[in-house]
Amino acid sequence: MKPAFSVIFLTTLIGAGQGLFLALFTHQSYALFGLLPLQSDAFYGYGSALALLLLVGGLIASFFHLGRPERAWRAATQWRTSWLSREVIVLPAFMAFVFFYGLSHLAGFRPEIVTLPSGLVIDLSDVLGIVGTLLAFALFVCTAMIYACLRFLREWNSPLTVINYILMGGASGFSLAAFYAASAAPSQANFFVSWAAIITFLALAGRSASLARNARLKPKSTMQTAIGVKHPYIVQRSMGSMGGTFNTREFFHGKSESFLRTIKPTFLILAFVLPLLLLASFATNPVLLGIVFALQYIGLLAERWFFFAQANHPQNLYYQTIG
Amino acid sequence: MTQLALVIDLNVCVGCHACVTSCKEWNTSGSAGPLFDERPYDADPTGTFFNRVQTFEMGKYPNSETLHFPKSCLHCEDPPCVPVCPTGASYKRKEDGIVLVDYDKCIGCKYCSWACPYGAREFDEKQKVMKKCTLCVDRIYDQSLAEIDRKPSCVKACPTSARLFGDIHDPESEVSLAIREEGGYALMPEWGTHPANHYLPRRKTKLKIHNDELERADNPLKVDGQLPKPGKGDSSMDDVSAW
Repeated sequence: MKPAFSVIFLTTLIGAGQGLFLALFTHQSYALFGLLPLQSDAFYGYGSALALLLLVGGLIASFFHLGRPERAWRAATQWRTSWLSREVIVLPAFMAFVFFYGLSHLAGFRPEIVTLPSGLVIDLSDVLGIVGTLLAFALFVCTAMIYACLRFLREWNSPLTVINYILMGGASGFSLAAFYAASAAPSQANFFVSWAAIITFLALAGRSASLARNARLKPKSTMQTAIGVKHPYIVQRSMGSMGGTFNTREFFHGKSESFLRTIKPTFLILAFVLPLLLLASFATNPVLLGIVFALQYIGLLAERWFFFAQANHPQNLYYQTIG
Repeated sequence: MTQLALVIDLNVCVGCHACVTSCKEWNTSGSAGPLFDERPYDADPTGTFFNRVQTFEMGKYPNSETLHFPKSCLHCEDPPCVPVCPTGASYKRKEDGIVLVDYDKCIGCKYCSWACPYGAREFDEKQKVMKKCTLCVDRIYDQSLAEIDRKPSCVKACPTSARLFGDIHDPESEVSLAIREEGGYALMPEWGTHPANHYLPRRKTKLKIHNDELERADNPLKVDGQLPKPGKGDSSMDDVSAW
């Protein structure tokens, strides 16, 4: 498939945004149970604003993917069957909850909603955070299922796709949260650094598993099933056009095999290995953690490019030779 | 239930591209607007077509054969491109099974083309919407045309009648008979899309001659074995040899 930069930015930006929100609310949940000191409203509030910024960035990027962006509202209608439509609904819903979660902190408007029998007070920001957390996971599932549900793109058609979208978004979000905490609440940076390291390690395991799986895939469609001729040696002499077509532009990455082979170790090192090594040093230096997030984000851009480029569409069997 | 479809006879197709040009002519002239073309007479031309004739070579020289292979939307009975559409612009008509795109609803996200294993959909770079074969839906029901003309443009154009058009759910239709009796098959059956369009395979008529048919088994001279029996390549003469 041709990696579209709009989709690469959409999926990586919202992934980091979702991860950052999850990180902030994870901290607040720990604090709710008294495991960590609750931070100031500004910490959660401005953190959510940063997450919202990433989500808005992703949303803007997604519009560049559309031929007719002015009709984008129509995309919310087919949620019964289309994962893309579900994403179109869940993304703004999640953004709304991130916005109101941040607002409840920044405005200091956190009225008590319910007091649990144990004496635990659940306030408005907790409720908004819980719903936001559910929506963050729903959004990960929707985004990943857009790819995982296409059964003939077999590199994508696996539960690993969904797991990895959650883990990679989570890893970049927690890295960003570590950087943010190191700057805004240094005493809490270690909490985020530890979780970022754990999730980055899990993401490395998950992505390696999907790479191993894809390396062993055998194509189901062959030249023989494509044109229905039983002959071991079939070559295309003409694809019925004198130049390129939509089918030659949309479904090929257009780079050499060696470029593809270079990208794979590059993203593994940038997105997972280097951040892991730096996080494992447990440094809470904001500059260092800023570098960790930057490296990881660039690595995830490369990862997403590779994710698309590696998927081999069966339609390519019909488009091999211009002539 | 009706399922309109094309049946394409690969035994008859000569690869002349008449169906391609006729399709383009009809569909670029309709009320839905033109099919885009860029640099049509320059190097690297590109454009949107609903139908293409591709050419494949089977085997290696000198034992090779050429196969011309027209390909358009197969109007699958279980079309994977339809449920993924986020706007409902892609749909399959209940009354005749034609898969269509509503160009006024399409947002041009191209997701449907990812969901089609056959590469049957082509994006229109000018109108910025997805396009595909309509089975000439604006033609086959047009009461102002003579009944003989109410067929897809490609079918009318084919000089060798390699393209049949009809309802594959009617067991007595021309297309159903062709599929049933002449070995009609579907493309990429492994994905369970149940394409409505079928292809008829290349067929060769061969005369099988057995060895005993090469000699007159009832020749009395041969039966008696009284005359010399020269080899099959040697000359023979009536009343002198046994052949």
